[in-house]
Amino acid sequence: MPEIFERRSRESHGEWVITRLIQTAGYSSIFFVLMILYFLLANGLPVMKDVSLSNLFSTVWYPIEEYYGILPLILGSLVVTLGAALIGVPLGILTAVYISEIAPQWVKEALKPLIEILAGIPSVVLGFLGAIVLSPFLRESLNLPTGLTALTGSILLGAIAIPTIVSISEDALNTVPRAYREAALALGTTRWQTIWGVTVPAARSGILMAIMLGIGRSIGETMTVMMVTGNAPVMPDSLGALFAPIRTMTATIASEMGEVSGGSPHYHVLFFIGIVLFLITLGVNVMASRIAFRQRKRSERVLS
Amino acid sequence: MKSDKLITPRSSAYLVERIGFSTLAILSFLLAVPIIGVILYIIIHGAPAISWEFLSRMPSDGMKAGGILPAIVGTFYLTLGTAIFSVPLGIAAAIYLSEYAPENRLTRIIRIAIINLAGIPSIVYGLFGLGLFVIFLKLGTSILAASLTLSIMTLPVIITTTEESLRAVPYAFRVVSTSLGTSRWQTIRRVVLPQAVPGILTGVILGLERAAGETAPILFTGATFFLPQLPNSPLDATMALPYHLFVISTQVPGMPIQIQYGTVLVLLVFVLGMNIVATVIRSRARARRQW
Amino acid sequence: MDKIVVEHLNLRYSDGTESLRDLNLVIPANAITALMGPAGGGKSTFLRALNRLNDLADVVAQSGRVLIDGKDILEPEMDVIALRRKVGMVFSRPLPLPLTIYQNVSYGLEVAGERNREVLDKAVKLALDQAELWDEVHDRLSDPAEALSGGQKQRLCLARALALKPEVILLDEPTSALDPVATAKIESSLSELKKNYTIVIAPHNTQQTARVADWVAFFLQGEMIEFGPSKDIFTRPKDKRTEEYILGRYG
Ligand SMILES: Nc1ncnc2c1ncn2[C@@H]1O[C@H](COP(=O)(O)OP(=O)(O)O)[C@@H](O)[C@H]1O
Ligand SMILES: [Mg+2]
Repeated sequence: MPEIFERRSRESHGEWVITRLIQTAGYSSIFFVLMILYFLLANGLPVMKDVSLSNLFSTVWYPIEEYYGILPLILGSLVVTLGAALIGVPLGILTAVYISEIAPQWVKEALKPLIEILAGIPSVVLGFLGAIVLSPFLRESLNLPTGLTALTGSILLGAIAIPTIVSISEDALNTVPRAYREAALALGTTRWQTIWGVTVPAARSGILMAIMLGIGRSIGETMTVMMVTGNAPVMPDSLGALFAPIRTMTATIASEMGEVSGGSPHYHVLFFIGIVLFLITLGVNVMASRIAFRQRKRSERVLS
Repeated sequence: MKSDKLITPRSSAYLVERIGFSTLAILSFLLAVPIIGVILYIIIHGAPAISWEFLSRMPSDGMKAGGILPAIVGTFYLTLGTAIFSVPLGIAAAIYLSEYAPENRLTRIIRIAIINLAGIPSIVYGLFGLGLFVIFLKLGTSILAASLTLSIMTLPVIITTTEESLRAVPYAFRVVSTSLGTSRWQTIRRVVLPQAVPGILTGVILGLERAAGETAPILFTGATFFLPQLPNSPLDATMALPYHLFVISTQVPGMPIQIQYGTVLVLLVFVLGMNIVATVIRSRARARRQW
Repeated sequence: MDKIVVEHLNLRYSDGTESLRDLNLVIPANAITALMGPAGGGKSTFLRALNRLNDLADVVAQSGRVLIDGKDILEPEMDVIALRRKVGMVFSRPLPLPLTIYQNVSYGLEVAGERNREVLDKAVKLALDQAELWDEVHDRLSDPAEALSGGQKQRLCLARALALKPEVILLDEPTSALDPVATAKIESSLSELKKNYTIVIAPHNTQQTARVADWVAFFLQGEMIEFGPSKDIFTRPKDKRTEEYILGRYG
């Protein structure tokens, strides 16, 4: 019966091609990251020729008169993000704890889709609502000269970060083995004590990752902040900055790139800001993935 | 039982628990209410603007009258274009990671790259698209350039969710299929992929949902303020719902608020409609699944 | 006739276990050869070596030769797909593919490129007949296989392997999840099948070995201690360890 041992059947040629295609697709992500980095650098680094470092890292952003200080923009992003974290992190984690550990089934089933809906609302819609509803409300209730402030942006960015924080934290909480909880409960602690003494600490790396990724999203958010923060490139110097207009890096790129001419110093500076954004989010995400990098191992053995 | 606990020495702990649980319930409720509120608010304010004309006419009178047809069509084209590039590539990449990739350094680098792609701000994708597709590849501000930009942004979502649903298919099926004289790809195509379809579909829709709602990546790659006619080639620029909303709510003074709310509602229906479809697919597949 | 000849087979997994050690063995055609021995002895590992299913496992080192019809199947350039079509396998868990009853049986053939309905219909009927399942399922072939009982599922798995017209059938504790009635049915199919096939089985207990085996190989911790006709092994084992195992000393 030598036919058993026929060399590869006719599929195997197609198989080879398909395998290569799949492999190439698999590698493509690396290629894209490098391409992105390359095009940012290629368009952003020439800024070093046109603009002096002391100008670039000064505190005045006024491109019409060639003041390209990006510090107010960086700080603007940080202030808004910090505010977003102060709102989104506690609310996100507490909601995740509630959904994963406390809520009755029907509440879970109502809350999770709602949070997915929140994740699905386009940022331009949130920006629109922020400008038309939230900002007048803040102006009146806090008695501010304008409702377009860093705080307005922070609140909305908090809302944008929450779905990320909730879903990743919830996953982390769900992977804590049931036995941990049961052991704690058997010792006579209350469920509440078990949650904070056992479950949450056991899930802390996942929760930390959730926080990082949530913050990462906030830093990169563009449309919402552009529409509600007033876009004033001023140096935030105190806590009061939260209640005044501000300008983020993302909003600066979005609102000015349309008007610059290609190859001008202003154009290069905007790309340079893109590099800064890229590096910040890269750092945040690499750290997040370092924290909890455990690919589920395929422990299932070949059937026996 | 309950009253027993109240007279034990540790009753204060149970009181704390009761207060804690209630606080969290209230907090979650306070999170849920604005979400429902936002949706209702948009429906209530947007519905009066919706009419057949609004959906099927070109804008007129400096966009202060008429419809938003080109924005609807544009968003549809962009979503479709994004799907064309990102779906096959994303699924193939996920298949690689789930079914082929060895556990080595290169694979770890791929995973880090995907995490990075997922984390890059959408406006940076816009810059990248401008640099690569619009200028370097000379595609101009076009549906094609914008779709390609959105595709790369969507890729990590599709890869991650697809890989997850592939991995959820029991490994034993692969062993069984292999034992019946099938190649790796045949096993994937005939057993693994069909079982993962609902999960993949869910991931694809969620990825495209995000692409459909994005503004920043298309700002300088394909979106345009106003078009007198519908785009008729992938190399034409296009209007799009999110960008249109941005423009009419911030750049056009004296814009009737009705039209703004109407645009918001249409965009939301478009995006959340996809979300609901994804949710339905997922829950139905879960109910039907045999393993 | 010597169907399978194993020479100096060694195999080690990535966790360092030396799961097969210098295995030498000749498996005759048209008979049931049973691999007997306590858990962890290497029976499953050995079975998977015969259809190269270990290619899917974490094997770090493998040496020696496994000749089927005189051809070394461990060679790297071996067409493993054709090999697996000729060497069918039934696993301990009855695990139909998530398809209909019919599709489960026709699966291997269809993937192999058979498109002709009539040929497929015939092959499916024949295979289900051989597995003594046809009478029970012929009127619901397009139901999901998941709807079958455990015993029926396992016979479906047997039919699925048979549909490819293999020459060798490997069975790894095929009845460990089944009740006595279902077990009896599988065993009766096997004694019918051995007329035309070479059958290698790891039975799930000694009684089953005694019931079905023509030849017995005793495996202990990766080594084959003894090989001989079933009668001899059970009545006058040569090795003390074999005797102790049969008497139930290893549990
Ligand atoms: N896929 C695998 N990966 C690593 N080690 C394995 C694998 N399968 C079996 N082993 C090891 O090889 C040895 C033999 O196992 P096995 O062949 O399953 O024996 P048996 O079927 O006789 O119980 C055991 O020590 C087992 O732990
Ligand atoms: Mg075994």
